[in-house]
Amino acid sequence: MTAARRSADVIVIGGGIHGCSTALHCAMRGLSVILIEKDHAGRHASGVNAGGVRQLARHVAEIPLSNTSMALWHRIEDLVDDGCGFTSDGQVLVAEDEEDLRNCRARVDDLTLRGFHHEELIDATELRRLVPAVADSCPGGVVSRRDGAAIPLRATQAFKRKAQSLGADIREGVRVTRVSRDGANWRVETDHGVFLAPRIVNAAGAWADRIAADLGEPVPLEVIAPMLMITAAMPAFIKPVVILRKRKLSFKQFANGTVLIGGGYLGRAIRDENRTVLDWGKLATNARTVWDLFPIMRAAPILRAWAGIEARMPDDLPVFGKSAKHEGVYHQFGFSAHGFQLGPGAGAVMAEIIATGASNVPIDGLGIARFAAPSSHQPSLRA
Amino acid sequence: MNTLREIGQLAEHYDIAIVGAGPAGLSAAARAAELGLSVLLADENPAPGGQIYRAITTTPVADRSVLGEDYWKGGALVTRLERTSAAYAPGCTVWSVAPDEAGGFELGLSLGGQARLVGAGQVILATGAQERPFPIPGWTLPGVMTAGAAQIALKSSGLVPSGRTVIAGCGPLLYLLAGQLAAAGANIVAVLDTTPRRNWLSALASLPDFLRSPYLAKGLKLMAAARRELAFRTGVTALAAEGSGKVTGVKVTRGGATETIPCDALLLHQGVIPGINLSNAAGCAQHFDTVQHCWTPTVDDWFASSIPGIAIAGDGAGIGGAESAALRGEIAALDAARRLGRISEAERNEKAAPTRAELARSLRGRRFLDLLYRPAPQFLAPPADETIVCRCEEVTAGQIRDTASRLGVTGPNQMKAFLRCGMGPCQGRLCGPTVVELIAQVRGVSPAETGYYRLRPPVKPVTLAELAALPPTESAVKAVVR
Amino acid sequence: MFRPMHELKAADALAFTFDGRALTARAGDTVAAALLANGVQACRQTPVSGADRGPYCMMGVCFECLVVIDGVGNRQGCLVPLREGMRIETQAGRRQPDSVRA
Repeated sequence: MTAARRSADVIVIGGGIHGCSTALHCAMRGLSVILIEKDHAGRHASGVNAGGVRQLARHVAEIPLSNTSMALWHRIEDLVDDGCGFTSDGQVLVAEDEEDLRNCRARVDDLTLRGFHHEELIDATELRRLVPAVADSCPGGVVSRRDGAAIPLRATQAFKRKAQSLGADIREGVRVTRVSRDGANWRVETDHGVFLAPRIVNAAGAWADRIAADLGEPVPLEVIAPMLMITAAMPAFIKPVVILRKRKLSFKQFANGTVLIGGGYLGRAIRDENRTVLDWGKLATNARTVWDLFPIMRAAPILRAWAGIEARMPDDLPVFGKSAKHEGVYHQFGFSAHGFQLGPGAGAVMAEIIATGASNVPIDGLGIARFAAPSSHQPSLRA
Repeated sequence: MNTLREIGQLAEHYDIAIVGAGPAGLSAAARAAELGLSVLLADENPAPGGQIYRAITTTPVADRSVLGEDYWKGGALVTRLERTSAAYAPGCTVWSVAPDEAGGFELGLSLGGQARLVGAGQVILATGAQERPFPIPGWTLPGVMTAGAAQIALKSSGLVPSGRTVIAGCGPLLYLLAGQLAAAGANIVAVLDTTPRRNWLSALASLPDFLRSPYLAKGLKLMAAARRELAFRTGVTALAAEGSGKVTGVKVTRGGATETIPCDALLLHQGVIPGINLSNAAGCAQHFDTVQHCWTPTVDDWFASSIPGIAIAGDGAGIGGAESAALRGEIAALDAARRLGRISEAERNEKAAPTRAELARSLRGRRFLDLLYRPAPQFLAPPADETIVCRCEEVTAGQIRDTASRLGVTGPNQMKAFLRCGMGPCQGRLCGPTVVELIAQVRGVSPAETGYYRLRPPVKPVTLAELAALPPTESAVKAVVR
Repeated sequence: MFRPMHELKAADALAFTFDGRALTARAGDTVAAALLANGVQACRQTPVSGADRGPYCMMGVCFECLVVIDGVGNRQGCLVPLREGMRIETQAGRRQPDSVRA
């Protein structure tokens, strides 16, 4: 570990996959970096999410960032010296009925018009080939073949370690208490003293609204706790990740046979205690969807269920890019429960913006300015 | 007492739900019911008694001298509960305890293959202890069991090891079991004592208390009998179970010399530690107890945890033995009744006073035993790289040490992401303490600083079918068939 | 590896099968105890390496005594009381890819 450094070119607040990726890419560009994390890298959303590496069914505003990221995922070992458990067996959106399938077709057509070709409509035969165990009633779906999954905490820690090896100063167990202007610098006060840098990145996840509020840019961030369940090892029966459109489900079998079941049902987040409380009634609904779609799963033992603490924005899109108010402030949060895949690419794009002032990757529609309502009646979110 | 055999017989809500029908749970349930509270006592086992009084109402062991008089004391706890109106659900697994938004609790339970959510105003976790993991090479071989397992087989089924039996480790239970099995006719070829000789030095300061304690007579009698009658070998510094497909021998090192003792059963024991899975998953704070050398839920004088409304009574909140567990159950029940407004604070204090005095007496001398029988470091953090640490996922000590040093993994929760240790069905019960010990060793820090697994519900597996059959909303709680 | 202290009385005996073998044990035994009493040491194979395992703790902690009971897998044998006619089977380790289809 390097000697205690108190100032750097860039301070990244938050050690999730986004903060760690931005720290890594800044270090790769020769910038000195301090990353400040209140717990340990990947403690919350980045460490306990479903690990989906998904371009499938993304909002069009995110697709360029997602494309950049996918290219990095496919050479992740070169980037961070760790495979991150990344496997690429595709992700499949299963249409549960004909109407569902018509909507799938409309979506793929729309993407084609916009020049995106990663999503592909599939019929019942191809669906059965990809997902043999799916219930007979499903007529088709959409596949994104380069998609896959990784092990979230392992990936986040790999980004952290690689950033560290390139000189980034990673401070875990250090909590930011206040951010303010200090001449040409930003002054980041913590429970372990003050840090200074001309540029700061707010990648504080479910706590990012507090940093943003300190900077006079309040945002309507909602703290959510999406729940997941995992089963004991089952016979191998499915390779791609499966998601649904109408009902909430995300479904993935790992190489060791365990099956991860998610879909975005929310538990209760107690963010000041780093705790979540599960809602078994909702998990029961989640289990019923699996019961319907994958009869083979009915006797599977559920070994664990949990929820991460994440940030969701009202429009389910991240806040990404330069501050609308301040020079040297960058926001990278609010990924609304689908930020894991974006981590590698978002860090690369953010570092490019920090180092050069701009990036060729379009990020229109993701800026913080969209929440700067003229009437300025944002509710206080500091409670 | 109202024994519930089907999940449909459970009420939607109880004043107090008690998990575990060992001495702490039985006493807590009896006391709470005597105070007029509606009580659910849920227990995984088919009959009451917990492990110490296992099968106290059903044991086939007729000769009272085999199990000893201390065992038979457990009957009184059951008799007392039987006279109350408490609901007792045997074979019922509590897999989740979580605060609801109305200040009470929601318990997830399974009984007879069906799951259900039930409400409770207060919760007492009386989940007791488990044996401390004893990771040695070969401990996963069939034929290697815990000493406690052999004792359970004896108490509940009248079973005795049939071949050459070796008992190894340290702690009072080791001598007790050796005596019981010998009395039951087992062929004990060796008792291998791993108690480190230097422990006597650290324990000596606590000796005066021990000399005035109820443990004394009992303990000396046990040890003297074991030493007199059995092939007793002290100063054992290394152990390995040998065999292919099943245990056929145990390799023993003492005084620098190594020999192999052929055997058909190897029974391991190095003390007991609190079973913390349910309290940890419920979010109760815990700390590392440096005297008992284990993670322990943090409780106050009334055994209240960090979560208001959840108390932890008995050995689950620190090892104190059966007698103290029953007393702690009483005290926790009194406080629960106070929280529910059934009795005043003054009444609670008055009723608890004599129990507290007894409790202090029952715990006297405990510290001496804790220090004397603290396991040797090599049995907490196995030096042989090939030793399996996580039995479920088959992760070895070498892998854990390597990952901790090479990848700079600082705690057990990160370790899970790399090696999957603690992610199998036992949820870290058999590897948690060892994984912590190994990481701490590599990092040169204490177990306390290393931390413990964050455990997740369900603390016991629930099938997808059981879960799918749960009613979708809390308000419409009812049972559905698997 | 275990034997009963007392001879099994016919009135107390329950018949069951383990992997098709007809066995008897005492009413009141758990499934794991019934297997031990009949000399069964290994009752499952691990999903990781396929190694044999047998009951270890007998108190619901270790999950080594997992067996298939009447077609339902992953049951903790040490917690389930034996019943007349129970069909108990070895809990197999994870089967290979493509060996099972819905």
